[in-house]
Amino acid sequence: MAPHTEQLTRPAVRLRGLTRSFGDRTVLDGIDLDVPAGQFTALLGHSGSGKSTLLRAVAGLDHGVAGSGQLTAPERVSVVFQDSRLLPWRRVLDNVVLGLDGKDAYDRGRAALEEVGLGGRERAWPGELSGGEAQRAALARSLVREPELLLADEPFGALDALTRIKMHHLLRELWKRHRPSVLLVTHDVDEAIVLADRVLVLEKGRVGLDLTIDHEHPRGGYRSRLLAALGVTEDVA
Amino acid sequence: MTAVTTATTGTAPVAAEESHRVRPRRRLSPGRRLPAARLAGPLVFLAAWAIASAAGQLDPNAIPAPWTVLDTAVRLWTAGTLRTDILTSVERAGYGFAIGLTAGVLLALASGLTRTGEALIDGTVQINRAIPTLGLIPLFILWLGIGETFKIAIIAIVVYIPIYLNTHAALAAIDSRYVELAEVLGLSRLQFIRQIVIPGALPGFFVGLRLGVTGSWLGLVVLEQINATSGLGYMMFQAQNYGRSDIILVGLLIYGVFGLVSDTVVRVIERRVLSWRRTLSS
Repeated sequence: MAPHTEQLTRPAVRLRGLTRSFGDRTVLDGIDLDVPAGQFTALLGHSGSGKSTLLRAVAGLDHGVAGSGQLTAPERVSVVFQDSRLLPWRRVLDNVVLGLDGKDAYDRGRAALEEVGLGGRERAWPGELSGGEAQRAALARSLVREPELLLADEPFGALDALTRIKMHHLLRELWKRHRPSVLLVTHDVDEAIVLADRVLVLEKGRVGLDLTIDHEHPRGGYRSRLLAALGVTEDVA
Repeated sequence: MTAVTTATTGTAPVAAEESHRVRPRRRLSPGRRLPAARLAGPLVFLAAWAIASAAGQLDPNAIPAPWTVLDTAVRLWTAGTLRTDILTSVERAGYGFAIGLTAGVLLALASGLTRTGEALIDGTVQINRAIPTLGLIPLFILWLGIGETFKIAIIAIVVYIPIYLNTHAALAAIDSRYVELAEVLGLSRLQFIRQIVIPGALPGFFVGLRLGVTGSWLGLVVLEQINATSGLGYMMFQAQNYGRSDIILVGLLIYGVFGLVSDTVVRVIERRVLSWRRTLSS
């Protein structure tokens, strides 16, 4: 699906003065943010910096959390969690099309599984999949809904290093083909640089650094800037 | 590191040690299952009974021989009385079980899915559970008369409690991450119940179901011995008056077979419905 020109000019996600707090602790402190349609944005931050809270707010999952501010997001939003969150009592294909109506739902589900490299595993139980395969199925479940915005909360955090590299390629490919706006929460600086066009560093509930990534550039510069923003100093041997 | 290893393996004692074959570890699990394992115990018992009877070691008035019991069963069956008694008993257990099953599931769903339901139902059921159901018999006879209704009501209560408790516990234990998933996918309430709540609660439901099935037979035995004018329990009660221990044994045997068969049926259904679980345990 080619990006619509009108979509490009209008932000997909728009936050104005977004504040969220748990008890006395203010986790998000008046965040202003525009994510243009079709942009791949990564959210970096220490644990407790509020990146997951931000993601959950955009996903509309923060029931009962105190807060204020304006928040607009597209109609069709998909979420990929750290765990695949496949229902163990439904076969893979049934998991992918869960909640979809329409006669062609299963055909679209099969196509989505094919696209993430799980063609032929439609009838498998989630318990029979490896961690990487389960996360591929979760990606298929998100894709089949043709999201305008894809939210991902450390989707590769539980995978081994080799599987993670493969998944990075897959996600980038899928994004190029379908062009949803992506908001990826991660604590992995390298993952953010490899995947995203723009990296935000959250710090104490605010955006501390907003960095645009040019993929033609050497990555080392971005890496040290992001690490510095996260308060990590690296000895260069 | 590598240099050190090669140096030591070069010496004679270590090389000799390396040529030792790997000895299998002592096995601590019980090992392979015996053929027809579940039938072996009852068959040994039956054989001992038959041998003791044949040797004249058992008082035939207290414990008649197996063939006497079998003979009595055949005679009662051909005379038609046994058939009627079995039918009456099965009917009672069946009605009570069906009502208890429905009530248990509906109450568990209402209590597990809504806060109002939880507030109204859960505490009430817990109190009901604390009262021994068989202690309700005198009251129920006063209310419902000594006919069929009170027996079915008691069996229904015996059945609904374990089904409610286990189903409700399973509902409460459904992973909140799946609830979140349902919200993200925009499932309707009905889809949520069908796709997540019911399959997620099924393992607990089956535990309750097996307890309930056993409970229905247990309740039946007691009811038919105390306040019945027909049924297997009545048959056994009459036999006691005439000193016919063979008829009593026929009744016990039939109760046992019924319990075993219904438990097996539930187990087979469970294995079929929860087939996805086998992939986890393997």
